[in-house]
Amino acid sequence: MRDVTILDTLLWVVFPYVCMAFFVLGHIWRYRYDQFGWTTRSSQMYEDRILRWASPMFHFGILFVAIGHFGGLVIPKSWTQAIGISDHVYHLLAITLGTVAGVCTLVGLLLLIWRRRSNKRLMGATTLMDKFMFLMLAVVAGLGVWATIANNVFGSYDYRSTISVWFRQIWTLRPDAAMMVDVPLTFQLHALVAITLFAVWPFTRLVHVFSVPVGYLGRPYIVYRSRDDKRVASKAGW
Amino acid sequence: MRIMAQMSMVMNLDKCIGCHTCSVTCKQAWTNRSGTEYVWFNNVETRPGQGYPRRYEDQEKWKGGWVLDRKGRLKLKAGGKFRKLAQIFSNPIMPSIEDYYEPWTYDYSNLLDAPAQEHIPVAKPKSLLTGEDMSIEWSANWDDDLGGSTEHLHEDPILERIQTEVKAEFEKTFMFYLPRICEHCLNPSCVASCPSGAMYKREEDGIVLVDQDQCRGWRMCISGCPYKKVYFNHRTGKAEKCHFCYPRMEQGIPTVCSETCVGRLRYLGLVFYDADRVTEAASTPNEKDLYEAQRSLILDPNDPAVVQAAREADIPEDWILAAQRSPIYRLINEWKVALPLHPEYRTMPMVWYIPPLSPVVDEVAKTGEDAEDQRNLFAAIEQLRIPMDYLAELFTAGDVSVVDGVLRKLAAMRSYMRDISMGREGQEEIAASVGMTGQEIREMYRLLAIAKYEERYVIPPAHYSDAHSLEGISTDCSLNTDGGPGMGGPSSIFGEDSGADGLTPVGVENFNILKNRAQMDRVPPVEPGRINLLNWDGKGTPDGLFPSDSSGTDRS
Repeated sequence: MRDVTILDTLLWVVFPYVCMAFFVLGHIWRYRYDQFGWTTRSSQMYEDRILRWASPMFHFGILFVAIGHFGGLVIPKSWTQAIGISDHVYHLLAITLGTVAGVCTLVGLLLLIWRRRSNKRLMGATTLMDKFMFLMLAVVAGLGVWATIANNVFGSYDYRSTISVWFRQIWTLRPDAAMMVDVPLTFQLHALVAITLFAVWPFTRLVHVFSVPVGYLGRPYIVYRSRDDKRVASKAGW
Repeated sequence: MRIMAQMSMVMNLDKCIGCHTCSVTCKQAWTNRSGTEYVWFNNVETRPGQGYPRRYEDQEKWKGGWVLDRKGRLKLKAGGKFRKLAQIFSNPIMPSIEDYYEPWTYDYSNLLDAPAQEHIPVAKPKSLLTGEDMSIEWSANWDDDLGGSTEHLHEDPILERIQTEVKAEFEKTFMFYLPRICEHCLNPSCVASCPSGAMYKREEDGIVLVDQDQCRGWRMCISGCPYKKVYFNHRTGKAEKCHFCYPRMEQGIPTVCSETCVGRLRYLGLVFYDADRVTEAASTPNEKDLYEAQRSLILDPNDPAVVQAAREADIPEDWILAAQRSPIYRLINEWKVALPLHPEYRTMPMVWYIPPLSPVVDEVAKTGEDAEDQRNLFAAIEQLRIPMDYLAELFTAGDVSVVDGVLRKLAAMRSYMRDISMGREGQEEIAASVGMTGQEIREMYRLLAIAKYEERYVIPPAHYSDAHSLEGISTDCSLNTDGGPGMGGPSSIFGEDSGADGLTPVGVENFNILKNRAQMDRVPPVEPGRINLLNWDGKGTPDGLFPSDSSGTDRS
């Protein structure tokens, strides 16, 4: 194992925390400062035919990708072994489901980007932050798929004993940069760009992720509110 | 019983001349901003016609409003909550901009700048979405006055439903105008469709609003509203809709569309209704009974029990008095001449219409017979099936007998008052033939024909403990600071108007905002420094509106 340099410490210890701070404080600031800008900024009105396929493809894809990352990064190897899932089975499951979800996400995203670039109406409604966000998402997703195919499909790199350990260490506040120094470059880049994406997240339309309207399921259909801010609407709808 | 007050409107279609003043003044007041170019909180449709957006009444396509499930319970036609959430990434039944129209402006500078040439220079239409040349193919009023109807008329969803073979002859038959605003329904399906809970019905006056801060742009309200009166601001990514001019109404001033109506055909007032029974009424099994069911929700404001209940529900005393003087109550429940628009959508709409007698009168007049004679009018009402069926499809879910009854009352009023204006005695039997008295007819005539301002609009001002925030533009308004709204412009990095200084449409009455708005039309370059005249409020001299003088300094 190569020695841990200052750069390694900066990249794998300092940088994640800085980005995490941006992510958390950024969201708090944006939520308080900018309720009006907190929206999906849907462009469905302008164009529907590509969106109809690309948007669900991307969104459902990335939801599964998120679940997969949770499984791979958060759940320790020993736990899955303990419930009798052999490493081989786990590996097969992870690369099949992961690759499918990843490719869905990437293809959906590329379609969405192409849709935006090819339609002047959409370009007119695209902000600078949107462009930056699309670029970041594409790079993260591209590197992720590439890293998986290069190291897991055509290899058997065991990220669960390096990257995952380092990831959990971040949350226990004892990150060890040594865990990351020998990780394949593609994974390193994927992780770094993803961390950067989290830092800019609160400043993009990605904030809409935190507005997933699950409350709708438990809410009465008709909402009443009082004109008077100080009076809470007394009558619930149905 | 749970008594609630509802601000409502009635429009007397007989008096609408289709001048579009309501639409234009409304637009100037509320939607002269980029992102809302295609948004008409108020629009006037020629009927028969497709309406705006195109064929919005075709609910088999758009799936707005409510339907009953197999057990007879109300459900959203577009599907339940789970289905809505599953479709959140791409709403399959949302109208696209083509279903409205692509907004445009004209390149007027070409008229001034074009070099001497053989042909007269023209102001080419430029798309406000792309800034490029475009050909205008549709707009909010493309089929105004039956224009192009030989091509488009068969697409009127109502004509399709009444299946008359006489469609081709409609032009000889009838035409009338239908001004439309948000219905401020008692059972609003847009509110029920909003995943974020940003849409709500105000307890005090029943006005349905979108909380601009809470709207997250999921777009379900647009599909949910069967009248397609919730619009998507494509710049801010938020839903906007007619808010019944609540900043005006709270001060006791009529809505802009009412105030500026040339025909003085709009009535504003309160009704009290029993909120506990709304769901039950909206679930009435037979569509044709929905009109009566909704009417039965509306309570008699002169009934002492109702007054008592209103007091217990903290409804202020002057609101109770206003409800007793309400023109709406009289038109809907006393004289029963106003009808709801499309009750079959089961949203319990609260903008009602007095159906037009004029198609019938015109038809009688064409024959050379006396069009004010009650017998001729009654005979015509019985015979003219096409307009009757059409009106019934609009106002009573197809029940012709209700429309028939209303038109007979209007015809009786015409004949009865003719005698009086000719200096003769009013004939009581004419009034009696429609179940009214001469006195009632005269009162109805006064409200409908004389239509005094203070009788048309009975609007009690709002009572508030939060007076500060209701001073139109409140004193702590952050918009007044340097670098306030619009300073970021549409390219403000999070999207238009984001930030604490962001605008809600209500604030648009502020001059500075309008000025910024006027200059903000920076959709891909319509040349820097150019003004979109559509969005200009007529005040001030924004940069680029006038050429700079010889010294090179700008006049503004």
